[in-house]
Formats: sequence, structure tokens, C-alpha cells
Amino acid sequence: MSTAQTGPGRQVCTFSVGDLTFGVDVQNVHEVIRAQRMTLVPMAPPVVRGLINLRGRIVTAVDMRARLRFPPLESEDGSMNVVVHSEEGAVSLLVDEIGDVLHVEQSLRAQVPPNLSPIVAELVESVYKLQQDILLVLDANAVATIVSVPSAA
Amino acid sequence: MTDLRELDEVVKEFLVESQDNLDRIDSDLLDLEQGSAEPGLLGSIFRGIHTIKGTCGFLGLSQLEHVAHRGENLLSLLRDGTLSATPAIVDALLQTVDAIRAILGRLEETGEEGNADYSALLTQLERLAAGEDDSAGSQASEDTSESAVETPPAATAEAETTDTGSSDTEAPPAAAPAAVPTPVTEAPHVPTVPTPPVEVAQEASPTPSPATPKAKAQPAEAEGASRSALADTTIRVDVGLLDRVMNLVGELVLARNRILQFAAHVEDSSFANASQQLNLLTTELQEGVMKTRMQPIGNVWNKFPRMVRGLCQSCGKDVELELDGIETELDRTIIEAIKDPLTHAVRNAIDHGIETPDVREAAGKSPRGRLTLRAYHEGGQVNIEVVDDGGGINLARVKERAISRGLVSAERASGLADREIAHLIFHPGFSTAAAVTNVSGRGVGMDVVKTNVEKIGGSVDVSTTLGSGTVLRIKIPLTLAIIPALIVASQGERFAIPQVNLLELVRLEGEQAKSGIERLYGTTLYRLRGEMLPLLFLDEALQLPPRAADELPDVLNIVVLQADNRQFGLVVDAVSDTEEIVVKPLGKELKSLSAFAGATIMGDGRVALILDVIGIAERASLLSHTQHNDFADERDRDKALEGDAVEPLLVFSTAPGNRMAVPLSIVARLEEVDPSTLERASGHLVIQYRGDILPLLDLTGSPMSRWEDGESPLNVVVYVDDTRSVGLVVEEILDTVNEVIEVQHGLRREGTLGAVVIQGRVTDLLDIESVLTGKTAGFFNRGKAA
Repeated sequence: MSTAQTGPGRQVCTFSVGDLTFGVDVQNVHEVIRAQRMTLVPMAPPVVRGLINLRGRIVTAVDMRARLRFPPLESEDGSMNVVVHSEEGAVSLLVDEIGDVLHVEQSLRAQVPPNLSPIVAELVESVYKLQQDILLVLDANAVATIVSVPSAA
Repeated sequence: MTDLRELDEVVKEFLVESQDNLDRIDSDLLDLEQGSAEPGLLGSIFRGIHTIKGTCGFLGLSQLEHVAHRGENLLSLLRDGTLSATPAIVDALLQTVDAIRAILGRLEETGEEGNADYSALLTQLERLAAGEDDSAGSQASEDTSESAVETPPAATAEAETTDTGSSDTEAPPAAAPAAVPTPVTEAPHVPTVPTPPVEVAQEASPTPSPATPKAKAQPAEAEGASRSALADTTIRVDVGLLDRVMNLVGELVLARNRILQFAAHVEDSSFANASQQLNLLTTELQEGVMKTRMQPIGNVWNKFPRMVRGLCQSCGKDVELELDGIETELDRTIIEAIKDPLTHAVRNAIDHGIETPDVREAAGKSPRGRLTLRAYHEGGQVNIEVVDDGGGINLARVKERAISRGLVSAERASGLADREIAHLIFHPGFSTAAAVTNVSGRGVGMDVVKTNVEKIGGSVDVSTTLGSGTVLRIKIPLTLAIIPALIVASQGERFAIPQVNLLELVRLEGEQAKSGIERLYGTTLYRLRGEMLPLLFLDEALQLPPRAADELPDVLNIVVLQADNRQFGLVVDAVSDTEEIVVKPLGKELKSLSAFAGATIMGDGRVALILDVIGIAERASLLSHTQHNDFADERDRDKALEGDAVEPLLVFSTAPGNRMAVPLSIVARLEEVDPSTLERASGHLVIQYRGDILPLLDLTGSPMSRWEDGESPLNVVVYVDDTRSVGLVVEEILDTVNEVIEVQHGLRREGTLGAVVIQGRVTDLLDIESVLTGKTAGFFNRGKAA
């Protein structure tokens, strides 16, 4: 994937959760950090994995797998924190793997498939057809909003 | 674009400055009404209004300018001695200030000055001005030679020097730049001022000695110099910036804590020295930064003289307000938080506390009431007292009212101490005011004060003497950002408990840990010096995953906490140090969790949650139960006592500390059985009893051999019904009691109907039927075996 393309488009930080490829506009990405020690929050919504200390700021970590109703990973050592800015403040998204920062061209943009499950669709701002994958660009504000997501069990 | 933004800045600055000006004018006007003869007073008021007028002329705020101008006209007549300050004039001037405030408020909100109608006020001002001297208007077009003299910058500067003579307003333009205290924001005024010449001319008119401008230039310049020297020592800082600095210092404190922890394990004296110094510096820095956020409580209080005056007028009372400790400093956030409760308390004191002058005279007091606000530091807290010398709280009436409102039962009320009765006024929905006035008396007074104060970790107390006054005492912490907290752990997770909630720590070890606590219908109680202390297990309260089967740990750490007026014990796994922690808010998505007040970062860099003690108590329905239903429950119990639910019970123990009871009505006799008379029949102990064979059921769970080989007699409760008779072997017969039986079925174990509290102790109620029908054979199994 080349980042040399210069057509109208945007820079997207990509990552994967399960078999999906997601992206967040780089402008909304605060930083990417390795798995942190987390403080559990009792009674919090199940998608909230805990709190991390981001150089003195306390940031809520949201488990994207739980959010997307994927089964938890066996070992979570590898999961990464993508700290995303939103109007609500910063949240950290726990994802499986970090990808590249891609320049995606406007021309690759596609409609959000109407039959996409609302679980995913409500988080997605736009969809891009990449060569191999379909890139789902997340809406930072939607991801940061945790509206008492029912426990998926 | 840039122009617009600059203008916004100017307007913003104008708003801030004008607020300061208006506040000062308010207090000056009140001084004036008190008959203060201070010569600079009128000049100071005049300049304040004048500054506002001048700037708004420049900003094109015509309505505001108009109002200010009329007020200024009137003031100029006062200043010249043409008029003297009558209450009517002061009233009108205060209204003018209010009108200006209202316009500024709209300006701040909408960016427009709005078009409210102030013609009545304007006419009034004009009429007053015309009262003795009608020439004010006609002078408007007088000599324009001084028009440039009245440049707002000069006036601004001077307005802030309170003690200058009125003539200083005539500083010639040359002096103005020197006098400008904050060039950045004020500079734009200068070139534009000459543009509204008419207005300037009008301003010039009231000046008393138009011939002397040049002579005055010198002192004005001197003023400017001293003023700017003052300005050099104080600066306006954006609160957001201070908050950020505060935050960073908080981080530094945490980093320091980590280094200190680390230093404790390193044996390197130079490192130890360095970390020691870091420690000291950080502490000092922290104190310094905390101080920058401190504001004198006067910032809240300075609104009160005006408010008291207004209240007095509307209530027909005469009250002298005394402010004591006005320089006492508090954190900014706390100042904000106590504004409303204090306002409420002051209103209340004037409306309900202090009597009207005739009543006071009849009572032999001075007709003028006295309301004192006092603030002082004490033990890391700030005490604020609202003291009035009014009629005091009529406790008998409070009691009556509370009973009629169903807040407390008559029986209970009769047993309340005076202080407790006085505290009833904090109960939601309580108000003693005979009439609902427009000031207070809507029944949402004191409980609001209490809730708001408690929200910031403070407490409220009231003491009163009928006929001579009331003291409302508010205790609040100095700051909210950094608090001392106790660190506890439960299931490996650390939590911080704010020290304000902490009463004491109790540690139960070994046998005590098991027998010291009593279980009652799913809740656990501990008797702390004779008081029943409800226990809450932190892990259960927070719904942490249940621990492994080995029930209670050997050691029980009970953190005794105060939530509202209720005490409870929080059982935690471990108690470590108290630490100063930096309170950080939780993300929005977690704010709804009432159990947590925030989070903090510990010395090792990990996050720990701060427990909201009141929230936890509420969650566990400790509070909602006691606080809201306290009195109702009492009533219910009283009712129950009157009914026929009382039944005599026989209380016995089946093991030391294990109390059981049966209704006395089913007990035929109590016998002491000689061990030598024991016999066995088909694996059961039996005795011959009144010509019959009486099977014995051992409730103590001891092996049969204990009785057969023992020497001491067995305590047997003989039960007889139509078809059967049985002897229940118990450890000891304790008592017979008359108690209301309120069986708590949830706390039921096999062979019991549930538990009751008898003589303040948890007691199981034996289910004789199930024991006899053998359904619960397991209950006695151990007795039969061996």
C-alpha cells in the first residue's frame, strides 16, 4: 500500500479487530500504545475494560471485540490501545492489531452497505474499497459514546 | 476575520471590567446610603459609571450608553453637592446598576444589547435629577473644549484608584497613555474615542472646575504611575490555564511519590538526597499552585450587602450585615459551590430569622437586626457561620410541623434532643415560615443548603436559642482537587476512600472475625460499642466476582464510614496508608456509576478508583432506607407494637453465640436431665419421661457421647403436641422475651423459619414442624451419628 498517492483523500490509521479492518482519521488519533495495565471498573458497562493512565490522564479503555460482539482473544498481551480523541474526551480502543497509516483516496469511498449489522454500522462513518480489504472508517464520536451497550454475553 | 475576533476580545474585556466596576459601585452606593462621608466615594461611583459609559459609546452600545449616561447625570449632581443622596436616589442608582447588569448579561449571551424598555427608569432618573437642578440636560452642549479630556482610558485607570478626588477625571489626553494599565486591551479605545463627540461633550458638562485641566495633569500622571505599579504585581490569568498547571502539579506529585517509593529501596545517599529535595520542592510547588486558585470568600460575600438591603426592603426588616473574615481563602471550585447554599442561608436568616423592628422592640432588642457572616480556618477546613440575632428557631413549632408533615412520629419526636429537632429543618420538604413569602418559605430551603454543602464534602450544623438567635455553621474542605484518602484493597484492586468520610478502622482477627459479626437476612452487622453497625463487603457492593469458597477470611478489616448521618462498616481485604491523592474525573461514560467519585493515579502509576461513600451506601440501600424511610419505618414499627403481633418467645442457645428461639406457647416444660438417665433407642437418645419414652433431638450438634459421658445435666426443652412429644437438647436456656416477630425469611437456613432480632441480637427462629417431620433430618445429622 503506497502512501505516495496524492489525490484528494485522507490519512487513516488502520487496525484490525477480528476479521475486520477499521480505520480512524489520523486527526482523531491521539496515540497508539501497547497493552497497558488496566484498572477494572466494577459495574461498568461490559465493553469498558478498565482505566489506563495515559501520562496522568485517566482514559477509559473500550474493548472493541466486546463492542462488536466478537469472542474475547485467548491472550490479550498483543492487543493495542488506539487512543482516540472525540468530543467526549479521549477513549482508548482495544484492538487486535495495528495496521498502517494509509492515504485513502476519495474515489475509493463507497456507501455503507445497507445490510451491515447495526452493531458495526452505527460506529462507521464511511467505507473505502481497498485492494484487498474493505476499510471501515470509524466515527470517533460514535465510538467514544457508550450508550449502555447491553451485555452481549 | 481578525478584526472581528479582536473586537470580541475587546467586548469580553469590557464585560469583565464592567462587572468589577459594577460590584464596586454597588458597595459604594450602599456606603453612601449609610451616610459615609468619604470624599472620594461619589467620585469613585461616578468614575465607575463613567467608564462603562465611555467604553460602550466606543463599542456602539447605544442603549447601555443611554442608561449609564442618565445615571451619570444624576451622580454628577450629587457629586457637585447640588443634590444630596436620598434613599430614593440611591434606589434609582441601584436600579441603574441593575439595568446595566442586565444589558451586559444580554450582551454576553447574545452579543447584542437587546432592546428592553428602560424608559421608566430613565424618566425616574431624569425626574430625580430635575428635582433640584433642571440644568443638567441643558448643560450638555456647554463647553466642548474638554471633550478629549474624558478619554475612557484615563477614566478607567482612575476608576480603579478609589481614593482620588473627582477632579482627576479631567486628566488631559497626554496623561492617558501613562495611566493605561493594560495596554493590549485598552489601546484600541484611544483612537476611537473622539468619534462620538456629542456624548463626550455631555460628560464634560458636570465637571465642576473646567478651568483647571492642565493643573490636574500632574497628579493624574502620578496616579497612573502608582496604578501601574499595582498592576505590575497582579495579573489576570485564565482559569483554564491555572487548572492545567494544577493538573500538571498533580502529576508531578504522583511522579514524586513514585520516585520516593523507588528511593526507599535504593541505597545511594546522593539519590536519596536528590529525591528528598525533589520531595520538598514538589510540596512547596503544590502549595504555591494551590494558593493561586485560592480566592477570598469576600468574592461571594460582596454580593450580600446588596442582597440584604433588597431583602430588608421587601420584608420590612432592618438588618445590619457584618462580614467577618472576608479575606479567608478557599479554592475557586469551592467558592463556586458554596455560593448558592450561602445565599440561601442568608435569605433564610433575614426572612425567617430576624424579626421585624416592632417585634424586636417589643422583645427588648434593638430594632435593628444583626446578621454576621464569619469565616475562618480551622483544622484544614473552613468554617463559615451565619449568625443572626433574630427570634431563633422555635423548636416546639419545628417538632409540631415535622409531626404534621409526617417527617417524624409523635413518639419519636418526644424523645429527640434539641439539636436533633433543630436538624429537622434540613429535612426535605420542611419549612416553618408561617407564610410563603417571595423570598423563602417554599419548603426547599435548608435541605438544599445541606445537600449542596455535603456534595462538596462539607457538613452543616445549626444551633439556636429561642428569642436570641440562630447560628448556622458550615464546614467545608479547603480544596477538592487534592484530598487525603485512605487506600484499601479488595480482591487485589485498590480503592481510595476520602478521609472526610472516615471515622475509624476496626480489625477483627481469628475467632473475633467469625463470631464478631452477625448475619441477618442477607445483611451483616457488627456491634461496635453497643451500636449495630451495618457491614458492607466492598467486593459484594461493587459486584466483584465472588471469592473462593473459603467464606470469610481470618482477618476482617472494617472501615467505619460516615455517609450523611448514617454510619456503616465497609469490609475490605486490606488497609494501607493514607495518601494525598489527586482527584481526576471519570470519563463521561462512567459518570453514571454512583459508586465512584472519580479516579486517581497511584504511586506506581496505576489507576485507582475513588469510592463515593454516599453513593455506595445508597446503592446498598443503606441510605435510601435510613434517610428517606427513617421516620416512616419508625411509624410502622410503632403501629406494629400496638397490634397483636407480639408473642412471647423462649430464647436459648445451641452453641456459644448461636441464638435460637421458639414460641413459648409450644413449649411444654423445661427440664434438666441427668446424663445418667440417658438411654439409646434405635440410634436416638431417649429418656423416660412421665411414664413415656421421650426422644431427644440434639440441637447443639454435639456427638451423643458428649452427653452420655458428661456429668453436667442436659438442658431440654420439652415439646408436646397432639400426637408427638420430643425433647430438644440445647446448650443453654437464655431468656423469655416479648418481641414483635418479623421473620426475615431470606436469612433462612435449614430447620429455621428465618431470623429475628431479639434484645438487639440476631436470633434464628426454630421451625419445630420441619424438625419433627424429619424433613430436615440433615439438620441434626451430626447429633445422630457417632
